[in-house]
Amino acid sequence: MTGDEKKTALIVLGCPQVPIQTSAALYLLSRLADMGVATTVAGTKAARSLIEVADPGRHYLQEIIDLDMCIQRMAEKEFDTDLCFTFVHNDAGVAYTATMAVISGAELFAVIFGGEAEERAAELEETACRRITAKGSHNPLPMKRRLDEVLDGLY
Amino acid sequence: MGCIESLKYEVLMRHVSFKEAADYVRKNCSEYYEVPPGFRIFDVNIIGVPPVLIGINSGMITFPFTKPCHGTFLLRLPGGDEIERVRKVGKVVR
Repeated sequence: MTGDEKKTALIVLGCPQVPIQTSAALYLLSRLADMGVATTVAGTKAARSLIEVADPGRHYLQEIIDLDMCIQRMAEKEFDTDLCFTFVHNDAGVAYTATMAVISGAELFAVIFGGEAEERAAELEETACRRITAKGSHNPLPMKRRLDEVLDGLY
Repeated sequence: MGCIESLKYEVLMRHVSFKEAADYVRKNCSEYYEVPPGFRIFDVNIIGVPPVLIGINSGMITFPFTKPCHGTFLLRLPGGDEIERVRKVGKVVR
């Protein structure tokens, strides 16, 4: 990574009903930390609880905030990051990604997974974001490979 | 739903796409405005895929409301002071 200032990132978690979300988010946090990126996680109470319990020593997790508060602060231009990763497996995830494309100046990545990943990816065709798509709900390895491909080319 | 939960709202549609929500507003509201995603109303920020339409009809406001685990709902509730703010800030469509 080049440049004097430390890069920042935001991970926007979706509904945690699809198992690979928490695994992929922790992996992404680890990769970003290795790249020297300071990362904030935003999610619902359940999504935050899942990731907090999975990383009790805070080895990967740094800042973690309420999703609604995050959106409010970004809409009011009080908070933004260099990179933003939205986790998408349902219509709401598509809507959050489209919202981020408007309220954030971050380079935006949609991390798309679940049984209907292709459909969700198609719904984001007109949204200014890079799509990281791996169909599936339980096996995190395809998504890990897709994240590696994108992160390896970032800085 | 934050402040909305304390208000008397009606759920017009459940689990809809933003296109379906916008189509409803176009067909059923005499006056409607386009707002950007993130627009704040009734103490919540609207999440959505543009165009996000807010309808005004007989003192009521109709708008889409998204929850991460439950999808998008189209809500209608008494507009109060928010009506003038929508008229002032939103881009008038009709």
